[in-house]
This record gives sequence, C-alpha cells and structure tokens, in this order.
Amino acid sequence: MDWGLIASNLVHDTIVFSTALIFASLGGLYSERSGVVNIALEGMMIIGAFTGAVITYAFQDSFAGGAPWIGFLAAGIAGAIFALPHAVASVTFKADQTVSGVALNFLAAGLSVYLTKIIFNGAGQTTTLSSVFGKWSIPVLHDIPYLGHAIFEAYPTSYLAFIMVFFTWYLVFKTPFGLRLRAVGEHPRAADTVGINVKKMRYMAVMISGALAAWGGATISLTTTSNFSHNTVSGQGFIAIAALIFGKWHPAGAMGAALFFGVAQAIKSLVQIFGLTKYVPTEFIFMLPYVLTILVMAGLVGRSNAPAALGKPYDTGSR
Amino acid sequence: MNPVKSVVEMRGITKRFPGIIANDSITLSVKQGEIHALLGENGAGKSTLMNILFGLYQPDEGEILINETPVKITNPNKANELGIGMVHQHFMLVETFTVTENIVLGNEPKNGLKIDIKTAERAVEQLSNQYGLKVDPRAKIQDISVGMQQRVEILKTLYRGADILIFDEPTAVLTPQEINELIEIMHNLVKEGKTIILITHKLKEIMAVCDACTIIRRGKVIDSVLVKETNPDELAAKMVGREVNFRVDKQAAQPKETILAIENLTALGNRGVNALNNLSLEVRAGEILGIAGVDGNGQSELIEVLTGLRRASSGRVLLNGKEITNQTPRSISESGLSHIPEDRHKRGLILDFTMSENMVMETYFHPTFNKNGFLDYGAIDKHAAKLIEEFDVRTPSIYTPARALSGGNQQKAIIAREVDKNPDILIAAQPTRGLDVGAIEFIHRRLIEQRDKGKAVLLLSLELDEVINVSDRIAVIYEGNIVGIVDAKATTEQELGLLMSGGKRMQGGGNDE
Repeated sequence: MDWGLIASNLVHDTIVFSTALIFASLGGLYSERSGVVNIALEGMMIIGAFTGAVITYAFQDSFAGGAPWIGFLAAGIAGAIFALPHAVASVTFKADQTVSGVALNFLAAGLSVYLTKIIFNGAGQTTTLSSVFGKWSIPVLHDIPYLGHAIFEAYPTSYLAFIMVFFTWYLVFKTPFGLRLRAVGEHPRAADTVGINVKKMRYMAVMISGALAAWGGATISLTTTSNFSHNTVSGQGFIAIAALIFGKWHPAGAMGAALFFGVAQAIKSLVQIFGLTKYVPTEFIFMLPYVLTILVMAGLVGRSNAPAALGKPYDTGSR
Repeated sequence: MNPVKSVVEMRGITKRFPGIIANDSITLSVKQGEIHALLGENGAGKSTLMNILFGLYQPDEGEILINETPVKITNPNKANELGIGMVHQHFMLVETFTVTENIVLGNEPKNGLKIDIKTAERAVEQLSNQYGLKVDPRAKIQDISVGMQQRVEILKTLYRGADILIFDEPTAVLTPQEINELIEIMHNLVKEGKTIILITHKLKEIMAVCDACTIIRRGKVIDSVLVKETNPDELAAKMVGREVNFRVDKQAAQPKETILAIENLTALGNRGVNALNNLSLEVRAGEILGIAGVDGNGQSELIEVLTGLRRASSGRVLLNGKEITNQTPRSISESGLSHIPEDRHKRGLILDFTMSENMVMETYFHPTFNKNGFLDYGAIDKHAAKLIEEFDVRTPSIYTPARALSGGNQQKAIIAREVDKNPDILIAAQPTRGLDVGAIEFIHRRLIEQRDKGKAVLLLSLELDEVINVSDRIAVIYEGNIVGIVDAKATTEQELGLLMSGGKRMQGGGNDE
C-alpha cells in the first residue's frame, strides 16, 4: 500500500471539499464582524449552487469553457441580492437576526427546487452540466511527487478561495474599511459618533456575505456534482458557521476550521480504499462531518471571541 | 480691549419629545476659552441640549451660532467639522481595538490602501505630549485604566480638530486622584485655546474648575452666573428649586453587637483569579459601615458572595452568628439580609413587571401573598400601594411597569421593598448612582433611619463624599482585601485616596498575618 499516495489523495480531496466551506465561512465573517448574525449562509449557498448551475447550463453551448465562469459570477450577484432581505429585516427593521436567517434558508430551499422544476420540465434537479470547472495543474510544481497532486492540481475555485482568505485578512485587518467594519460590529454607537454610517456598513457586509456564500455553493455545483439538486448543499452552510466560530471570526482561523471539516468529508474515500465500509455502514461515514461539527462546537469553543455587538440591532435612539 | 467673543451661542432652543418638552426655549452663551458648566438634575434637559449641539438631535425651534455664524448641525460629522467634540459619559471606545485605532477610527491616515498605523501612532503621541494626556498608543482599551480610557476619548476629539469640547459627566467614573488629573487636563486644554462645556450635577467640580455656569431645571434656563460670584448653596438651590441640606444630619452612632461577620473570605472573580483575598470585616448593629475603594477592587464580588450570587472558595460569612456562606440567595434573604443592588435595572427590578409585582420579588412565596400555590393579587396590590405611599414613590399606578419610572423612583421602590422586609442588615451598593440631589437626600435619610432603628448597614459607594458623609466607620478595599478601617469623622479624602490606591496599609486594619 502506497501511503504517500493515500496521503496525497487525502490532501487533494480535502482541498476540494473545503473550498465551499472556506468561501461560505468567509462570507459569514463579513456579516458577523459587522454585528449581523448570518445563519442564512446555508440558503445563500443553495441560491449560489442553483444560480451557478442554471446560468452555466444556459451558456454552456455558446461559451463552452467560459460558461462556468459566467455561472460563477452570476451566482455571486444572485447571492448578494438574495442577502438583501436579511439586511433589510435585521438592519433597517431591527428584526431578530436568527429568525430572519432561518426564513431565508427555507425560502432558498423551496425557491430553488421550485424554479428547477419550472426550468427543467418538472425534474427535481438540473440536467448534468456538460461544461464545468476543470482542474488546473500548476506547471512544473504539479510534477513534484505526491505534493504535486495534493496541492498543485486543483479547481481554479480552490485557488480563488485561498486568495480570498488572504484578501479578506488584508481587508479586515489592514484597511480603513476593515477597521470600520469591526468597529460597527463591536460598538456601533462609537462608530456612529465618529461619523461612520453603521447601516451602510452592515448592508455592505451582509451583501458581501451573500456573494461569498453563494460562491461557496456554486463551487459545489460547478465542480464536484456538476448539477444542482435539493441536496447539493445539504447543511454545509451550517458547517461553515461552525467553521467561522471555531476559527474565532478570523479569516485564517476560519480557513483552518474549514480544512478540518474538509478532512472529515475527504476521509470517506479513504475509508473506501481500506474496505472499511464492509464493517461500518457508509451512512456512519457520511455522518462524520456533522458529528465532528457538533463535537467541536460543544467541546472546544465558547463564544468569547464573538464581536461584542453580534446579533444586536443598532438603535440610534437608545443609550 | 476687545470683548471676548462667544464661540457657542444657542438661542431659544426648544425640543419636544412625545409628552414632554425637554428643552424649553433655552439660551446658552459660551465664551472663547472658558470652562462653562451646564448644571441640572437628571432629566433637566442638559444632555438633550448637548446632543442638539453635537448633531444627534434636531431642535424644533431656535438657532445655533458657532463663532458668531449661524449653523445647522445635522449630524455628528457636521459637529466635527465645526470643531465641536464630545467626551461621552459612557465611553465610545471599541474595547478590542488599540488606543491609536480608536482615535483614528473614521479618519484613518492611509498608505496606499492600508491604514498607516505608524503615522497614526506618531500623531497620537504628538497630541498626547502637546496636551499632557498620557496614553500608550499601542495598548488595547480593555487593558487600560478608566482614567486612561477617558484621556483616549479626549484625544479622539482633539485628533478631529475640536476647539469646543463637551464633557458629559466626566468624573462619574473616576477616582479622586484621577479627578484631580482631569481638572489639570481641562486647565491645559483651555491654555491651548480650547473652550469647554462641562455637563455635571456636582457642585464641587463647578466651584473648582468652571468660569461660568448655566443652570437648567425642567427644560428651562434658571440662571447663568459667574462662578466666582456664587457659592454651592446658591447653585444647589437654583438647581433643585428649593434649599438643599448638604450635610447629612445624624447623631453619633450607637454600635452594639456584631450582626455580620466576614472571616477570611476568598472568592474567584469572573476572570478566574481571586477577586477577594482572605477578606475579614465586621458590621455591628446601629452603625453604617462604608466601603470605599476604586471600582474593580472586589466590591462587586464581595456583595455577590454576601448575597449568595457568587460562591466563596474559602472563609465564612456569619449573620447573627449563623453561617450563611454559599447558601442560596433566598435562604440568605430569609435569614435577615436585604440588598439594594448596584445595578437596579439588572438586579433590582424586573423592568417589564408592574410595580406591584416588583414589590414582592423576594416575598411572593410567603403565606401572606400565596394561597395554596396561587398568588393572592389582592394582598400583593395592597402591599404595594402601602409601600408606594409610605416611601413616596412617584408612579402613575401600582400597575405601571417599573421601566416607566425615573431612576430615583425606581431606587425608592427598591429601598421600600428591602426595608419593609425588616432586615437585620441592609447592604446598599451604590444606592445613589445616577440620582439627583433630592433623591440622594431621601435615600441617605432612609439609610440613617435604619441605623437608628438598631439595624446594621453596609454601604458600598464609589462616591467618596457619600461614604464620608453617611458612614460611621469606613473600610477601604484594595485588591480584594480591607487595607484599612478609619473613623468617618476623623478621616480626610486625602487619607482615603492614599489607602484606595494601595499606597498605604494601616496597621491592624487588614488581615496581615
């Protein structure tokens, strides 16, 4: 048995599975750093996966290889628009942010399947896409034994996800925008008194959140599944929230947590190689990411690092 | 010589809120380079007026002139542009940010896309030196003292180029030493050409630093006076509308047997380190024991342990010789301990319950109010009506939610409830915080009345004046231990201040082994 190859495959698959989680948890980061709880990541991912698949389907004959990019871009826009009601409810109308998020999750689940049925003549899922993202091999580097396959042969979206981690870190911790974003999430009134528009910051944050989460969803339908159905996302939005909390609302932390949960998914294939499925029902293996999520959330972290104003609507009148 | 020009001129400012007129045709004139006090009781309309000046509210009538030019101040940004800065009572600082980040927030120097943190830190250092406001630009807000946090607030306004600084009750959170430093800072600011408006209800501060004083009562200007031509008694009378007696009248204490004995008490604070270190203390019947100390030296934890809200890790608490250590709050309360909590909104009242319900929070299970497991609302209402009458709680009815009452009346209601239990010991934690002169007088009288009835009273306050005036003996708490016990009549603010800062440890006062 070639352990090197097994390890190489495991890392490779981990990156594949983590990509969606990284995008979505970064999305959650923008929203929550601004003080708005975003439990709607799941719904935003669903909208992204759906939009990505449908738009790619529409363009795949005329644009071929470019179609997934068009689909990906459209998914981001759709996600940002879909996030808007969450911002309206929780920022403008000061509604309970969890309730608003849950509502969006239901809306996304229902709406996406409903529209799929309309577009694809009553089918519960989109036709398998002929044009999806292919893996990119980085010249020279991908020839490195084991390591090359593990890291330097990946979907372009995965590379983009890692770039996004760095970009988010820079934006949130090094720029005036980031300082203001965090100020709004920690002490909105302080931000208000120095002339920062709290509502505007939160609207922007929630919409960025929607776009990134939707990208996370689109990476699934445009890479691993090649179509969209009701279970394309299946709870990964919630795992992304867990990754965000586990990562202590820090981009690198969220990425680390996303990779950790990615391993749990990647391990499925490893288990099959070892033939363990003969002894353990596959359902148990598939449960792994969710079980790990619960264990991590229950045992390892408190909410101590959460932005101080998280979940609290900002009321200009109150003191 | 030119007459000094007026930098802030507010004319005929009227602001109505639903049901009340917060400002009724107020006129205020502040001269260049002066420290101008805005004096008034809580709810008199000082904060409303200043929020109008800072752009947080819009006046319904009247006009504002800054440097003799009419202006419209539509938001805080506009106020900043006009050179108006506000040092808020509740600091507007982000705890997890550094001093520098807080100061430059919203106005960050940039280097490309990045915040130029080096330049920002230099700017902070430069301002800090110019005005003698000592801060550490790289420290996080959560790690620095309240005094330094306030200096950061001041620097924030200076960084934005403010020439007119509004200080909203700035001394409420400071120790006597820090208050002296602040007074020094204010003088420095004026020397550098700034103008200061000081919102306060403390007469001593006005006499110490201000040049002029405008007194507001119930939304109207009562008078505008020069401080050197007035005295505290006159100011107080104008503020309250009647003569006020500052000296707390009381006979000498007649201390008898020990009611509350605290022996070698140790308890953890919220951060997991000892907040109380082997603390011992006795309170006797017929005396008021005051605890003085800088906030955060274990006062809150001590009260919590005594009332059963926090576990003691070692040591004992005896009430009338009976051990009550680590018992439930109800059993301690039933043993004869009453408690006026530090935070009346969080622990004193359930704000959305009616006054009637709030009055039986600790006694609803007594047979008087409880018939076969059902609350006897008839008895509860009668009880409430009696207490509200007796303690002069101004409420529209006993069915009004506690939230709707003013702070002073909320506090009176709590005192009514606690005193009515006829406790052996009454613990009063900051009983007059945020209250105005009239309410303070009332509460002090009630505490002394308890003492004269032969009860023990433990008074905890961050206001040194209050501790000195009301108490018979004063214990000073520092880092979770009692570092000295002094006679209230014989001590001075200086002596207490020194003890409070840990600068001196008295022989025999603490528990040094």
